[in-house]
Amino acid sequence: MTVSRRSFLSVSAVTGGGMLLGFGTKALAQQPPNQAPLDPNTFIRIAADGTVTLVSRNPEIGQGIKTMLPMLIAEELEVDWRSVKVEQADLGAQYGAQTTGGSRAASNNWVPMRQMGAAGRMMLIAAAARKWGVPESECFASKGRVYHRATDRSLGYGELAAAAATMPVPDLSAIKFKEAASFKIIGQSTIGVDVPDITSGKPIFGIDFTTPGMLFASYQKCPVFGGRVVSANLDDIKKMPGVKHAFVVEGQVKMGPVLDGEPGLEPGVAIVADTWWDAQTARKKLVVKWDNGPAASQSTAEFARRADELSKQKPQRTLKNDGNVDDGLKAAAKTVEAAYSYPFISHAPLEPRNCSAHYQDGKLEIWTTSQLPARGRQFVAKTLGMKEDDITIHLLRAGGSFGRGLNNDYMVEVAAIAKVVGVPVKLLWTREDDMQHDYYRPGGFHYLKGGVDTQGKLIAWQNHFVSYGDGEHFSSSAGIGPGEFPSGFVSNFAMYSSVMPLEIKTGALRAPGANSQCFVMQSFIDEMAHAAGQDPLVFRQTLLGEETKPGYNVKRMRGVLDLVAEKSGWGKRTLPAGTALGVAFHYSFQGYFAHVAEVTVAANKLKVNRVWVCGDVGSQIINPSGAEAQVQGGVIDGLSEMMTQEITLEGGAVVQGNYDKHQLLRIRQTPQIEVHFVKTDNAPTGLGEPALPPVIPAVTNAIFAATGKRIRSLPLSKSGYSWA
Amino acid sequence: MATQLTINGRSTTVDATPDTPLLWVLRDVLNLHGTKYGCGIGQCGACTVHLAGQAVRSCLTPISAAANQKITTIEGLSPNGQHPLQVAWQQIDVPQCGYCQAGQIMSAAALLAKHPKPTDDQIDSAMNGNLCRCGTYLRVRQAIHQAAGQGKV
Repeated sequence: MTVSRRSFLSVSAVTGGGMLLGFGTKALAQQPPNQAPLDPNTFIRIAADGTVTLVSRNPEIGQGIKTMLPMLIAEELEVDWRSVKVEQADLGAQYGAQTTGGSRAASNNWVPMRQMGAAGRMMLIAAAARKWGVPESECFASKGRVYHRATDRSLGYGELAAAAATMPVPDLSAIKFKEAASFKIIGQSTIGVDVPDITSGKPIFGIDFTTPGMLFASYQKCPVFGGRVVSANLDDIKKMPGVKHAFVVEGQVKMGPVLDGEPGLEPGVAIVADTWWDAQTARKKLVVKWDNGPAASQSTAEFARRADELSKQKPQRTLKNDGNVDDGLKAAAKTVEAAYSYPFISHAPLEPRNCSAHYQDGKLEIWTTSQLPARGRQFVAKTLGMKEDDITIHLLRAGGSFGRGLNNDYMVEVAAIAKVVGVPVKLLWTREDDMQHDYYRPGGFHYLKGGVDTQGKLIAWQNHFVSYGDGEHFSSSAGIGPGEFPSGFVSNFAMYSSVMPLEIKTGALRAPGANSQCFVMQSFIDEMAHAAGQDPLVFRQTLLGEETKPGYNVKRMRGVLDLVAEKSGWGKRTLPAGTALGVAFHYSFQGYFAHVAEVTVAANKLKVNRVWVCGDVGSQIINPSGAEAQVQGGVIDGLSEMMTQEITLEGGAVVQGNYDKHQLLRIRQTPQIEVHFVKTDNAPTGLGEPALPPVIPAVTNAIFAATGKRIRSLPLSKSGYSWA
Repeated sequence: MATQLTINGRSTTVDATPDTPLLWVLRDVLNLHGTKYGCGIGQCGACTVHLAGQAVRSCLTPISAAANQKITTIEGLSPNGQHPLQVAWQQIDVPQCGYCQAGQIMSAAALLAKHPKPTDDQIDSAMNGNLCRCGTYLRVRQAIHQAAGQGKV
């Protein structure tokens, strides 16, 4: 028996559309807000034996959501966490918005998931009170039982579940949350619910999905984005061992100077076989004549040449103009001019893109690790000319994602293949497919001028940002906001932009925008500090000042900056020659973070000894173990990006194909990472992203402090650096 | 062509060409999905298994080279998933996405078989071939020490 279907509470989902990922995510923002009322019965199931099953609605990509969301429900439901079972939701309107992105899970779910738990608890208490004929106010719930104090009676949730479903609906405004001081689950380090399955090798990831009669697909696309198949030796391929099907997928992609959202089903050749290795072996014999199309003219060298050209011309747009930057630069006692750049990089989650699908009788069933499954379903429906109602989507655990799963290109590919083969099919990309057909973090160029007065005050800041796009439209994740720090903190401030066309896909990589902008801004602030002859941390404290600006809480940033100074012993430790500290801070994705890095540099060999991280994500760290993991992961991710990661284009094709060329940090290179949280009276916000951006400039600023060499271009390997 | 493999104590015959990587026989023929595909070129270690007690990359190991030798995968590391490393991994909450973790644990198990009380340096040497895209390295190191009976460090 379970608590039945009756809806006992209606809550409008607070998770609207909105800007989930900051700038450059127009397509994401276009998702219609899901207004379906949430129902605790959707999230809570109580069996007659008292077993409580809680449903986690958002896609799990390694950020710990499948543990964190049920913790919120369980806290208010008053159940023993050890007795709770957790289930991953499939895609369904009853769950409200099911997205992973923009570090929004904590802030979007903090209220509604606790409401689900509290409503369930109130209904169970009401059921018990009625049974005993006592007022509800005399009853309380604890660890899966309702108690009546005066008569020392109690009933388990399993015994009450059926009756609870018949109780009147609690008024949303009557729901009173527990005080933080009485939390038993929130705030406790809680082991990930899938950890036992992970450590014993259970088949829980997207790539592990199987179903009887399943075939395996490999898909060869043109190395140049949008290139079409002219001809292919399909007859030879069909004769290869294990091959069941080989066919051209015509596809249709939107080409142009700016690509946003999902450009379409990319053309290619599908090989479907009894095993993936059979398909892959056959693919090695595949010979395709391609029509590369217009993207073949794209190259990294040409982008750099064009950026340099644009930097010398009048900027196309003015994004922000405070005071008079020309006068400010003229009045400055000292000015600095610098050109910064950073490359395209790939998401490269360890699990290569994959998706399974079964098309039968006009209906499609899909098993995916997408971060935006609803948008994937729209994309598939539109591409295949199907109704969304005829497409069922199951959500599986992703082996990392970092924003890659925000796009559903692989989902539409397998859907198109499934429609042809008519039996269950799993599409798996090779690592090379994954790295060479990504939605890349876009590169960018910044041409900066800054000036300080005789007192060392920053009085002028000018940035000409050269990026990708068309007219007023930046390519996805290639934009900048007019409020990008230090906007609003310098009296004479100008931000200009120019764009060039880009015919490859770009997208959101963990902390999009921030992961590149922070490097530039916090490095140039460091340059200005040195120009002013001031300590870089003190210079930053002065720049921030005391006064909170619209959209930028100075007090919270000062809180983390001051704490990281204290924790790292900034200015108080004597360090050997070649060893130094660097500092950086950044506000992104609702989180305030400041990092200090200690590095040792000898003959261009870099060792990051230690990183101190101080963050403010509000009043409550929901799962301290998960929180620390996200921060450590963000730091390590940033160090990987900093040292070697670069995607380059030649003739429109991506050069790098695997981890040997686009490297990740390894255990030997990993620094000690010390994590501190400042708790402030603000609603809790997410941790997937905001801990990443400051680590890169913290390290490059430390390299300057240690060696006098300023890093203005990433990755570091291009300047001759390597890990010690 | 038939090849005799001994996996997790069980003998089995698979029909595949001799140059088929062990990884794909494990995953797609024998439905042992704990061993993961990450790179296919021995860069990431997600496919690590034990061959005659040594940690090897199954993506680069043809089944012909694995025939008639003892193969252990994550599914066979312990009867009930309670190898000291698996216990430590759970207690310390090591995984984030978890995709690389079977490979990490298999590399760590081979290390402990050779060095029951490894130093940090021995851990780094043994584990440097296992990439973790999420960045769980600090907890990996801590969990290996804990499994080795050295407690938290």
